[in-house]
Amino acid sequence: MNNDKLKEIIYRILKQIAPECDPTELLPDENIREALDIDSYGFLQLLIGIGEETGVDIPETDYDQVFTLAGMLGYLSKHLP
Amino acid sequence: MGEFYMPSLGADMEAGTLVEWLVKPGKRVKRGDIVATVETQKGLFEIEIFEEGLIGEPLVQTGEKVPVGTVLAMVHAEGAQVTPVEVAPKAAKTPIAETTAEQLPRAKPPSAAAPPPFSVPSGRVASSPSARALAAELGVDLGAIHGTGPHGAIQRSDVELAARATSQEAPAHKEPAPSGTLQEGMRQAIAAAMSRSNREIPHYYLEMDIDMSRPLRWLETENLKRPIRERILPAVLLLKAVATALGDVPELNGFWIDNRLQVSPEAHIGFAIALRNGGLITPAIHNVDRLTLAELMTAMGELIERTRAGRLRSSEMSDATITMTNLGDLGVKTVFGVIYPPQVALVAFGRIMERPWAENGMLAVRRCVTATLAADHRATDGHRGSQFLEALGRYLQNPEKL
Repeated sequence: MNNDKLKEIIYRILKQIAPECDPTELLPDENIREALDIDSYGFLQLLIGIGEETGVDIPETDYDQVFTLAGMLGYLSKHLP
Repeated sequence: MGEFYMPSLGADMEAGTLVEWLVKPGKRVKRGDIVATVETQKGLFEIEIFEEGLIGEPLVQTGEKVPVGTVLAMVHAEGAQVTPVEVAPKAAKTPIAETTAEQLPRAKPPSAAAPPPFSVPSGRVASSPSARALAAELGVDLGAIHGTGPHGAIQRSDVELAARATSQEAPAHKEPAPSGTLQEGMRQAIAAAMSRSNREIPHYYLEMDIDMSRPLRWLETENLKRPIRERILPAVLLLKAVATALGDVPELNGFWIDNRLQVSPEAHIGFAIALRNGGLITPAIHNVDRLTLAELMTAMGELIERTRAGRLRSSEMSDATITMTNLGDLGVKTVFGVIYPPQVALVAFGRIMERPWAENGMLAVRRCVTATLAADHRATDGHRGSQFLEALGRYLQNPEKL
C-alpha cells in the first residue's frame, strides 16, 4: 500500500467523521484533531477505520505519533503487515 | 385506558411537530416502543410510549405542531374495541402542561404494571398550595393541567408551563421547521434553557485537580488486551466515577421542582455532545452506575452516533438527572458549567494534561484533570459539593473497581 492509497483511506474516513470538512486541505504537520475539530470518540473511530482497512492496530501508547497526517502516514508505512 | 402525550424533551421544549406515526391504530404497544417521530427546535426524535395496550386513532395528524402535554392518541386496554374515540376536542388539544412520567424523579422504579393514567379526576384536583395560588394569579384552569408531581399533583412549574403555552396560543403549523432554521431553533432552545438556569438557579462552583496517572495507566493496560473496537475512552472512566460518587452524595442527582429537592434513585447522566454543525445536545445515558465500563463505552458510542444521526429517543432527552460535560478534547483546563434545569448539578472536566504535581514532599510530572462541580445552592451546600468531588477523585484512583 503506497502513500497515495493510505492518504485516500484516511481522507475517506475523515470525511465520514467530519462531513463538513475537506480533509484534503490538511497540512502534513497540522494536528488532525484540532484542524478538523475531532473529539476523542471521533479519533477512535478514525483509528478503527484505519485498522480495518490497513490491518494496522495503533495502540494507545503510540497515539502521539499519529496526531498529524505526516506522522500517521509514516507510522502506517512502518507497521503495514 | 391511557393517553399518549406529546412529551417534554427537556426544559427548553414547549411544543413539537408530529412528523410521523410509526404504528397503525389498533397495534399493540408496550412500554418503551417507539411509536412516533417528533421534531423540536433541537431536531428529530423518536418518541417512546409508556403505556401498554392497543393504540387508538391518531388525535394529532402528521405535520401538526402541538404543545407539550397534548394527547396524541389514546391507548386502550387489551381486548377493548378500538374505534375512533370520542374525545372532546378540548381535552385532546388544550395546551396542557405535562412533562411525561419519564422526566419525573421517581420515588421508586416504575412497576411493570401499566402506570396509572395521568389525568386528574375532574372535580378534585391534586395540587400544591403554591400552584393553586399561582394558577389563580395567572388565570390558569387547574382542571386543564396535567400534574407532574407525586400522584399527578399539579405543581408551580406545571402552572407556569400551562400559562406560557396558553399565552402563545400554540399555532398549529402544518410543516415541520425547514432544516435551514434548525440551527437557529437549536440556539433558541439553548438560550431559553440557559437563561432560565441563570435566572433561577443560584450556582456555586467548586474545582479540584485529580491525578489521572494511575487510572490512565490502568486503562492503557486494559485497552492493550482489547481489540481496537472495544477500546475504552477515558471519558467512560469519568462517567462511571461520577455515577459512583453520586451514590455517596445523592443530593446532587435529581431535580429542583416546586421549591424542593427531589433526589433521583437512578443515575441517568446527561452527556453533553457537541453537534458538528453547531449546538449542543445532552441526551441521557441510563443507569450509569449499573453498567460496566465496557457496557458504558458501548452505550456512549451508540448515543454519540444516534445523536449525530438524529435518532435520539424521547426518554434520553427528558430524564437526565445530572449533566456531565467533557471539554477535554480542546485545550481548556477548567469548565464552569451552567446547570440544565430542573437538574441541580453539572460536573465538568477539562483536558487531561501533564502538570507539575507535588506529593509527599516530591515534585513530579503527572497527567491531571480539573474536575468542576456547578451545583444549585438551593439544593446543596459547598460542603456536600466538596465531598462529592473528593469521592470522585477517590473512585478514580481505583479504576479496577469502577
